Amino acid sequence: MTWEIVIGLEVHTQLSTRTKIFSGASTTYGAEPNTQADAVSIALPGVLPVLNKGAVERAVKFGLAVGAHIAPRSVFARKNYFYPDLPKGYQISQFDLPVVGMGSLAIQVEPLSGNAKPYEKVVRITRAHLEEDAGKSVHGASQGMTGVDLNRAGTPLLEIVSEPDMCSAAEAVAYAKTLHNLVRWIGISDGNMQEGSFRCDVNVSVRRPGEELGTRREIKNLNSFKYMQQAIDYEVQWQIDTLENGGKIHQATILFNPDTGETRAMRSKEDAHDYRYFPDPDLLPLDITPEMLAAMRTELPELPEARRTRYVNELGLSAYDAASLTSSREMADYFDTCVTSVGNAKLCANWLIGELSAQLNRDGLDMAQCPVSPQQMSGMLVRIADNTISNAGAKEVFRTLWAEGGDADLIIDSKGLKQVSDSGAIEALVDEIITANADKVAEYRSGKDKLFGFFVGLAMKASKGKANPAQLNEVLLKKLAG
Amino acid sequence: MFNSSLSQLGAALRAKKISSVELTQSYLDRIATHNPVYNAYLTVDNKASLAQAAIADQLLATGSAQALTGIPIAQKDIFCAKGWRTTCGSKMLADFIAPYDAHVIEQFNRAGAVNLGKTNMDEFAMGSSNETSYFGPVRNPWNQNAVPGGSSGGAASAVAARLCAAATGTDTGGSIRQPAALCGITGIKPTYGTVSRYGMIAFASSLDQAGPMARSAEDCALMLNVMTGFDERDSTSLQREKEDYSRDLNKPLAGLRIGLPKEFFAEGLSADVGARVQEAIAEYRKLGAVIVGISLPNTRLAVPVYYVLAPAEASSNLSRFDGVRYGYRAPEYTDLADMYEKSRSQGFGEEVKRRIMIGTYVLSHGYYDAYYLQAQKIRRLIAQDFTDAFKQCDVIMGPTSPSTAFNLGEKGDDPVQMYLSDIYTIAVNLAGLPGMSIPCGFGTNEMPVGLQIIGNYFDEARMLNVAHQYQLATDWHSRAPKGF
Amino acid sequence: MSLSTADVQKVARLARLAMNDTEIEAARTQLSGIFELIAEMQAVDTAGIAPMSHAQDLSQRLREDRVTEDNQRELFQHIAPQVEDGLYLVPQVIE
Repeated sequence: MTWEIVIGLEVHTQLSTRTKIFSGASTTYGAEPNTQADAVSIALPGVLPVLNKGAVERAVKFGLAVGAHIAPRSVFARKNYFYPDLPKGYQISQFDLPVVGMGSLAIQVEPLSGNAKPYEKVVRITRAHLEEDAGKSVHGASQGMTGVDLNRAGTPLLEIVSEPDMCSAAEAVAYAKTLHNLVRWIGISDGNMQEGSFRCDVNVSVRRPGEELGTRREIKNLNSFKYMQQAIDYEVQWQIDTLENGGKIHQATILFNPDTGETRAMRSKEDAHDYRYFPDPDLLPLDITPEMLAAMRTELPELPEARRTRYVNELGLSAYDAASLTSSREMADYFDTCVTSVGNAKLCANWLIGELSAQLNRDGLDMAQCPVSPQQMSGMLVRIADNTISNAGAKEVFRTLWAEGGDADLIIDSKGLKQVSDSGAIEALVDEIITANADKVAEYRSGKDKLFGFFVGLAMKASKGKANPAQLNEVLLKKLAG
Repeated sequence: MFNSSLSQLGAALRAKKISSVELTQSYLDRIATHNPVYNAYLTVDNKASLAQAAIADQLLATGSAQALTGIPIAQKDIFCAKGWRTTCGSKMLADFIAPYDAHVIEQFNRAGAVNLGKTNMDEFAMGSSNETSYFGPVRNPWNQNAVPGGSSGGAASAVAARLCAAATGTDTGGSIRQPAALCGITGIKPTYGTVSRYGMIAFASSLDQAGPMARSAEDCALMLNVMTGFDERDSTSLQREKEDYSRDLNKPLAGLRIGLPKEFFAEGLSADVGARVQEAIAEYRKLGAVIVGISLPNTRLAVPVYYVLAPAEASSNLSRFDGVRYGYRAPEYTDLADMYEKSRSQGFGEEVKRRIMIGTYVLSHGYYDAYYLQAQKIRRLIAQDFTDAFKQCDVIMGPTSPSTAFNLGEKGDDPVQMYLSDIYTIAVNLAGLPGMSIPCGFGTNEMPVGLQIIGNYFDEARMLNVAHQYQLATDWHSRAPKGF
Repeated sequence: MSLSTADVQKVARLARLAMNDTEIEAARTQLSGIFELIAEMQAVDTAGIAPMSHAQDLSQRLREDRVTEDNQRELFQHIAPQVEDGLYLVPQVIE
């Protein structure tokens, strides 16, 4: 008997403002402990919160990007609980009136196993709300003590809550990746997962088809897609095993241990959470004016989905290529620059998805750190398109551009990579080979087709790799046919 | 000199008849003499005050003095003042040296006023008798056995005993007006949002409002001129043109419509207080005012609504006192939870803990709608009562407190009785309206009686005018307790 | 209305207030009295009335995203109960 998996995500994304959500303290990552903990961050008696416009604008941008309803009036509430990294004893968040309402996100799912085909799915976004981040506990700071660093306290977060629309780890990961791309794409977050700028809580439950939703357990604070997949896989199996062995699932908050690949329940609090939400009397209702809405709409770039569609419909790229090229704003913008000057979209796509991405991967860089500018890249792609260089020559040019920089044309000249497209020269070359290898030619003509590659290799070698491959093929076929 | 008005003191300073250092020193001497009995001040810092006075004298010498330059003002110990111990009347903050200035303190500093010291108060402003202060009760200058009212009891006592030229207070449910009434002085709580709450240690954020306590309406107007003003650090601070609260003091009152809510003269009001208030109304008639009978039908609900909303906000506002970053930490504990619980249990007094418990309960799961939400809805009904009333009258008058000052310890064990004594003042905070109290005679026990004046939003200048005209016609406000 | 001992214990725990049995019982009696006073508002018909959170019906002012605060760690930690290497110290936190 089969099980259905039900997954919903809550993603906390740090907004890329210069200052905190309720004070003018810097949010720069990595400062000395508590040097960015101002009076509001450490909750001195008498201090008050004032809302950062930059955080609101980013939340609105996100709402527009997922086609959500933007609440004309939303409310900040206090979530009350005691924890050393929560200096006020409450977190300012939004509860029953969030700034962003129901929206949706289309995701491209690549099944993680088997030979199932990629497919598209729309995940509904329940809401997104503004809130402040907590500080950090530094364990083992001193013998038997925990240290508290409040630099991060008050950093603006957008908590994005999905509907439980995902039914596999692959879908959850695809959703998280698409969302991660989107928040960076529209410039509201740096999305840096190592620094905790994009943290996922995953709610997982299982049920028999047709039955009511099962009890869910929440995997907290996943900050890598790989761990997310591992954690979900482990958790799903654990829940299924538990139920099949006659056990019950209890609602719990759990942590994933990447070292063991296992999940475990957090040490349960002695009393159930009772956050005592109520509207924060220090903050007035947040009204989104039509002016701000219009301004944010104008600032919003063409979104990944729109661009993907455009690549397929207008540039004739495959769905796979279009998805790869829109996996980040930097990649897509890079591609657009190349296509504008080169013209041949498929050629540009192949190079960006192939050689360029592979090289970035090898060097552990992301697109923003790419040493070859789109202009340099275009200079090379143009020479491929006009047959000046062969593919092999192009790889040589690319390696040089990557390692030393420079200009494609100059590299082609200095390395003598211009390919031979003179048909007379190619025919002479082929004639020579046919004469010198009469026995092989005979074999070929008697039906040993496989030998064609042998002749191509010889011809290429003879031309020092500079022969135009298409032309060479054509001439060889003709001459070998006799 | 100790009976001079603020404008007289200002004139004397500007005319170099006295220096600010001399004036400040003479107040400090007076405090040294009387404070051991009255306990009105929690912190006096001669050096700091005299240093400020010396700066004021320089301003006075160069002719760049403003109305309050060089005048010693007592600050309620709820306002953070940089370098000053700021306790909020609590053991929790007994050693807390504030690392920054409240907006109110900044405003007085900018005006060149001298901080004369920090006044005693009910712990975290929770109380109506000043008996909840960790640092002991304040005594009423009119009778040492009586309470001064609260929570701004130290300020009221200091003003009545002439231990400062004027003082600041804060008012969440009557904490300026009730002690002003019980100590026979004048105090005004302006419209919510008029004075910034930045640096004022929060009790109930949606109700807290600072205001002046002084010996006359005229003095209060000068104090308000300094205290008010937009502050971008308080989201609830109102962006309004700066106004001169003295501008209408001398307008005649002919035609003024005074509303008398029948609910303010019902059961529960002491006969002597009722009689003095009626006499004051009679005086206003003489000044040309017209009396209109009005109704504030939800008055009796103000107390329950307040005792849901204020503790709810307080329970959350006081969560920051956890012994981690500042304030009291228990000397011994076993683990984190124990550190929290012990620090808070030992650092907070009984009344504060009681209100934290009430607030925590009404916000907790399953009770929110029945208590908190219901209270917020009735809060709107209460505010609407005033809106309706102000269609018929210009100001509303009535008693400030149902009785005159009671004796220390008299209501100690019964919080409900204590809460009920706030009945006339609380509704004003719930609506966010300005309210003031002025002295209007004495009760059968020779203790002062306060007349409450409630104005429409932003009508402080008119209220001060109404009070000032009464104070020109009567001398209750200039009576001093025996020995002062 | 009367509160149970368990109610009071739960609230004390939520509020992080340590109370012994005598204190719990005293609090229970007093809180019950206060809740009797508060109970008066239960009877009021508030159907269709919007809750009032603030004295004025205004909207939140927004602050420009500009750094205005400098490092004041030394000043702020001067008044802290226990610090080390710039960190506030608390008894060990176990997740």
